[in-house]
Amino acid sequence: MAVTAKTVDLTADLGFLKLRNPVLTASGTFGYGLEFGPYLDLEKLGGIVVKGLYYGPREGNPPPRLVETPSGLINAIGLQGIGVEAFAAKVLPELRRIDTAVVVNVCGADDDEYAAVVEFLDGQEGIAAYELNISCPNVKKEGACPALSPRTTFDLVKRLKAASRRPLITKLSPNVTSIVEIALAAEEAGTDAVALVNTFLALAVDLETRRPKLGNVYGGLSGPAIKPIALRMVHQVASRLKAPVIGMGGIMTGADALEFMMAGAAAVEVGTASFVDPDAAVRVADEMARWCESHGIAAVRDVVGTLKTS
Amino acid sequence: MPIERSARLREVRSWDDHFLFSVDAPAVGKEARPGQFVMVKVGEGAFPLLRRPLGVHDAGPEGFELFFRVAGQGTALLARRKPGDLLDVIGPLGKGFTAGRGLAGRTAFLVGGGRGIAPLYFLARALTGVGARPVVFYGGRTAADVPLRDKFAAAGFELHLSTDDGSLGFAGFVTSLVERELGRAEPAMVYACGPDPMMKALAAITARRGLPSELSLESVMGCGIGACWGCVHRIKGGTGDGWVKICEEGPVFPGERVLWP
Repeated sequence: MAVTAKTVDLTADLGFLKLRNPVLTASGTFGYGLEFGPYLDLEKLGGIVVKGLYYGPREGNPPPRLVETPSGLINAIGLQGIGVEAFAAKVLPELRRIDTAVVVNVCGADDDEYAAVVEFLDGQEGIAAYELNISCPNVKKEGACPALSPRTTFDLVKRLKAASRRPLITKLSPNVTSIVEIALAAEEAGTDAVALVNTFLALAVDLETRRPKLGNVYGGLSGPAIKPIALRMVHQVASRLKAPVIGMGGIMTGADALEFMMAGAAAVEVGTASFVDPDAAVRVADEMARWCESHGIAAVRDVVGTLKTS
Repeated sequence: MPIERSARLREVRSWDDHFLFSVDAPAVGKEARPGQFVMVKVGEGAFPLLRRPLGVHDAGPEGFELFFRVAGQGTALLARRKPGDLLDVIGPLGKGFTAGRGLAGRTAFLVGGGRGIAPLYFLARALTGVGARPVVFYGGRTAADVPLRDKFAAAGFELHLSTDDGSLGFAGFVTSLVERELGRAEPAMVYACGPDPMMKALAAITARRGLPSELSLESVMGCGIGACWGCVHRIKGGTGDGWVKICEEGPVFPGERVLWP
């Protein structure tokens, strides 16, 4: 039987988690998920990665928090958020009614806070996995975060893996000399998957006022501008790790997503595109199905890691 | 708040770098209330990447109007659109002005600075509809910054103009003009939209006199739908732990709740 967009098998298998399709929404770009209910069918997503959560509410950075750059966006939101208790009380019951994988992005000002967030969430139902946000560039001076060193990555992942009853996805920073080294440290510490990349530490300058355009001085660059670098990093990491890789960085279309899968990603996250088109993540999945149809590919997972480099 | 991917641009009027778009989009037009905004896609490719937030200038069963000034690359691209072109818009978004029957028979001041006049036309029409009497204050740096004066005058609204350089109307800030008129009339409500310094000055004036006000705040926005947390302002008693999202809880806030740096 001929492959059609409707019959293409879009399922993705991370080993610890099976997804309806490979498209998740990237943390920080999709709110807590429910905001997007009016714009797309949340049950057509592979999964939702909710905005990063600290234990308590967090105020975030002073504005301006956003600046647009060529084919990109620099943000310095600073992980403003409601905290896990409000999330569990107000958001999670709603998310549980939706048939999609919910991944919670876990933050912490120190290792103990990460552990406290995981401990609290372990007591809640309706969460498929945790994505460890060890790579937000906007919360400490000069973008400091655990993902900048193999040692701090290893120690934190090891501690949380031992403490958590759920699978861990470690989200990596691209602001490092060797992202492969960090990824290997996370794998050695027992992470179930890695997700990359978080945003690139960046600066935008107002020439006339001689001031940074962001309230926090530096921010994180996302969007199509970073896609080629993100692709390279995903390829490097996927080539060396046994653990599955979730790829992201400037994905706007199904073609972009398929390139990440070809480079070795078992699944992808759509981020900044959701700001431009709230229904972007579902469109990306549809476009992937149509590409598979036109290439006679019965299952999208057959694309994973097929980049020919020799 | 639909995504309207092919809203037809019916008519364009322009005054130098100011543009008035009439757009066919019944789903958006029917739902829109004064003070709400839409997110408009300005380009096709990846740059400019983000949509632009624009206040609804007027709306009805057929569609809506936008009034904007070219302020950067995004609005410059938008300004190149011609009648017949299709626009991709999301909206109406946000919480608008209150313009209820409680104002029937009473006077309201509507204060617009520059492009901030945009949402006040729709508001003035709505106020007239509930039997209130809108008095419009419209200020700019020069006469070229107040191109909608004829439109407001033609609609029969009482209109007070100001320019910083004195080239038209009252010479000075629009807030000074408002202050002068407050000596003669006591409005039941002061509505405003304009640059932050104007809003801050106006908030101080209304606070001093104990007048209720509603301020429509401006910000760069990433998404317009509450997902990115990029458009925050300090608001008293908001839900955002200090920094409150303008797109979601606003853009219109009671003046006494808005905190200024």
